[in-house]
This record gives sequence, structure tokens and C-alpha cells, in this order.
Amino acid sequence: MAEQASERGRGAQSPRLDLRRINWSWLGTVPFFLFACAFLLLPSASLVIGSFQDNQGNFTWQNIADLSQPSIVNAYLLSMKVSGITALLGTLVGGLLAWAMVLGRLPRFVRAFLIPFSGVASNFAGVPLAFAFIATLGRVGFVTVLLKDLGFNLYDKGFNLYSFWGLSATYLYFQIPLVVLILTPAFEALRPQWREAAESLGASGGYYWRSVALPILTPALLSTVVLLFGNAFGAYATAYALTGGSLNIVPIMIGAQIQGDILHNPNLGYGLAFGMMLIMTLVLVLYSWLQRRSARWLQ
Amino acid sequence: MKKRPSLVAWLFIVLGTSYFLLPLIATFLFSLRAKKDTLGFTAYQRVFADSSFYETFRFSALMALLTIIASLLLLVPTVYWAYLRHPRLHRLIELVSLMPFVIPPIVLVFGLIKSYSRPPVILVQSRGLLIAGYMVLTLPYMYRAIDAGLRATNVKTLTEAAQSLGAGWPRIIWQVIVPNIRGALVNGAFLTFATVLGELTLAQYLAWPAFGPYLARISQNKAYEPAALTIISFALTWVIFGIVLLVNSKDQQQTQFGGTH
Repeated sequence: MAEQASERGRGAQSPRLDLRRINWSWLGTVPFFLFACAFLLLPSASLVIGSFQDNQGNFTWQNIADLSQPSIVNAYLLSMKVSGITALLGTLVGGLLAWAMVLGRLPRFVRAFLIPFSGVASNFAGVPLAFAFIATLGRVGFVTVLLKDLGFNLYDKGFNLYSFWGLSATYLYFQIPLVVLILTPAFEALRPQWREAAESLGASGGYYWRSVALPILTPALLSTVVLLFGNAFGAYATAYALTGGSLNIVPIMIGAQIQGDILHNPNLGYGLAFGMMLIMTLVLVLYSWLQRRSARWLQ
Repeated sequence: MKKRPSLVAWLFIVLGTSYFLLPLIATFLFSLRAKKDTLGFTAYQRVFADSSFYETFRFSALMALLTIIASLLLLVPTVYWAYLRHPRLHRLIELVSLMPFVIPPIVLVFGLIKSYSRPPVILVQSRGLLIAGYMVLTLPYMYRAIDAGLRATNVKTLTEAAQSLGAGWPRIIWQVIVPNIRGALVNGAFLTFATVLGELTLAQYLAWPAFGPYLARISQNKAYEPAALTIISFALTWVIFGIVLLVNSKDQQQTQFGGTH
């Protein structure tokens, strides 16, 4: 505000310049906000509005109430289970990998390989990823056959690639590398001096981790879990390519609704999407709150 | 400090690496078995002989290119301008650029179809809608790349210097600002390219003959070709990231790998 005022003050001396600046200011940001309104705000708002309307367009709570149908509740629960388990396991495994890479005193080539590989793998999703897992853990997959030859039949033991654990194992392939990328800077930000200070005061390695390092890392770890949850919750392509739509998670259900109104009520479909946006919003709010907390120490 | 050997660290790295390499090895071996009892590149030959491989690839590559151009044209001046003149708008732009995170692709395409398939505005059959959707999808990292680039550049000083030499706004943006944030732009552009190239959700529901739906169709109907295609996709992703790393090491830029699904 102060800046604009001072600009106006300057403009009084040279009115032509002032005009030009105001014009450009409009041209500069208005296209962006128009674009955002047309392709972000309008589509999402129309879904939200649609979920509070009946077929005649009157206001109703019915669609929101109908979200409590068992099939829909189960889809949300399954989605949350897959997202939750891959977020926790992904953070654990990715965290251990990042720790090993940063603080494990390994040769430099480990890092020189692992970071770009994580970049590639975290972007390797969708149909190719699904197929790679079919070739590995499918019924005639490489590992499945290998284990069978060794006398261990995965599928007899209840494993199925096209079910909860199979989907989770597949999602971890892009979840873990993302953690490596996010947590590597966090581990790097742990200053050796902190450890030295702790040790000079008589702390053991375990005590240092429990009382100094982990408390500092906790917000970063939690925000990673939250980010991964959102990352898995919204994923559609991988699940679709892997299960062909047989596993009822929310994105798959929305896809089926777009294609053929499987719920026999378009407005209930909008409600389904609204619920998803609501959960993602919570995820984002929680994530940015945790991010701000973790930035305090890890700079 | 240097007392403990890093055996545990090695163990983690070896276990982690094998989880990542096994699916690739398995897929590669599988892709070689298209001919009975012999290992060979038959599956790859079949893929490269398939004309729809080229057609869908070309379509997706073109869409990716148009998305990049449109995104840069829209975002660079906006973010630059916000940096220079509207610090408060800057926060708002940042918030908007985070919004795609709240709207997963499947929800986005649902909303786009609902909004643009009936009057007053019918866009579902236009490529423009697909590109706009891709722009939304890649907005978070395109924005982050440009923002990081501008943050590392002294925008105000450069602008004033250019102005004092008599440069107009378009010239300042394209000949002064853009060259200074080139590394960041390349970063964002290639991430966008990688994302759009294999994208399935938007292309499928807006019914475009893109590379993602082609991959999905092949993997449902064929046995060995999808394995070959998987290896090709993976190699392609490596090539794209290799270019990003190369450009960034020249510019000494921080590489941004970003990219959630």
C-alpha cells in the first residue's frame, strides 16, 4: 500500500509514466488470475456446488448424507489405509536411506547415484510403474517365480499384487525416493557441533538421537508423512493401470463415475470429489503448518 | 567420530537399492522373452514398428511443448511483476499455485468436464482444455522453479539498470530477466515435459490419443511390448533428468526434483 502511494506521488510529476505502470500492472497479473479462475476455481467450485444440489438444482444435504453408504465409506477407508501405510513405511525406509547416505560415511558415489535416481524414480509412476510391478510380483512375475522355485508360493500365502498390499508395495516405489529427496537436506542440516556438544556433556550416541536429533527432525518427518499421504491419496494412474479399476479406492471410483455414473446419481459423484478435495485441503494445511515448524531449526 | 564402520548404512543402501532395481531387472528380462526360448529385442522391434507408438508419442510431446510455452508466457511475467511491484499479490499467487495439490488430476478432470461440456462454454473437445489442464497440473513446480530463479536474482537492480538504459517491459523480461533465470526455467520445463509425456488421467477422460492412454491400452492387450515400453519410458525419464542435471551443473543451480502425483 505504502509503495503504491509513493508511486502515485512520483506519478504526479510525470503522469505519462504513472499511467503506463498501472496499465502494465493489470496486464501482468490479471491473465494469471483469470486463468486460475477459469481452470482451477471454476472446476472445483462447480464440483462443490454440485455436491449440494439435487437433480433439479435445488439445495440439499442429501448427497453429503449419502456419502455414508458402505461402498463409499469403504472406498475412503481403503484409500486412507493405502495412503497411510505407504506414508509411514515410505518415511521410515526413505528416512533410513537418507540417513545412511548423509551420515553413514559412505563413499561419494552412493550419493552421486542415489539422488538423481530418486529424482527419476519419484517421477516414475503410472502405467510403466504398474507394469514393472506386474513383471516383478505378478502371478508369473520374476520374484514370484523365483520364490516359487525356492519353495515359497507368495500367492498361496495370501499375497496378491492387485490388492491392498500389492498396491502399497507399488506406491512405495515413488514414495520412498520422494522421502530421500525431502529428508536429505534435513539430515544435512543437523550440525556436527550439536553432536559434539552432546558428547562432550557425556551423552551417548543413542541419547543424542533421542534427545537432540529426533526432536529437531520430528516436524520435518511429520510433514513428510503428511505430504506422502496426500501424494498417494490423489494417485489415480498407477492404481488404474495396476488393478484395472478392480480395487475400490476413491480416485478409481471417481473415474468410474465419470465414465458411467456407477452411483446412479451425478450429484453424489460430485460429493465424492468434494470429500477428496476436503481431505487434500486438510493435508495441505497440516503440511504447511508443520513445514513452518521444521524451518525453525533446519535452515 | 570416525570410529564405527558404516556397515548398517551399507546394509540399508543395498536393501533399498535392490528394492528399486529388482522391478527394473525383472521388467527388462521379461521384455527380452518375446520370442520363445530365446532372449532378444523382438518386443522392442514390435514397439518401434507400431505406428501408433509414434503418433501418440508425437501428440503428447507436442502437448507438453505447448504446455511449457503457455506456462512460461503466463507465469514468468506474472511472478516477475509480483516480485517487483506487488509483494502482497505475491503471497496470493503462491497460494493459488499450491491449489493444484488440493485437486488431484482425477478431480480436476471431473471438474473440467462438468464445467466445460455444456453451454455457455463448451471446451471439452478442444486441445486448449487439455493444455490448460496440464498447465494446472504442473503449476506448482513451474511456479516454484520460476520463484526460486527470481529469488536468486536481484530483480530490482536488474530492472532499474535495464530501465535506465531505455529498455521497455517486454525487453526487460525476455532479454534481461529470462536469461538470468534460465537454469530454473529449464528445470521447470523438463519436469513439465516428463509429467505431461506419460500423463494418463486427463488424456484418458478428455479422450485424446495421447501416449499415456496408449501405454495403458497396450499393457492390457499385449504381454511383452508393455515391458519394452516400460524400459523405454524409464530410459526416457533418465534422459530428461540427465539434461536437467547437465544444464544445472553448468549454471550451478540447485536442481529441483519436485513432483508429486
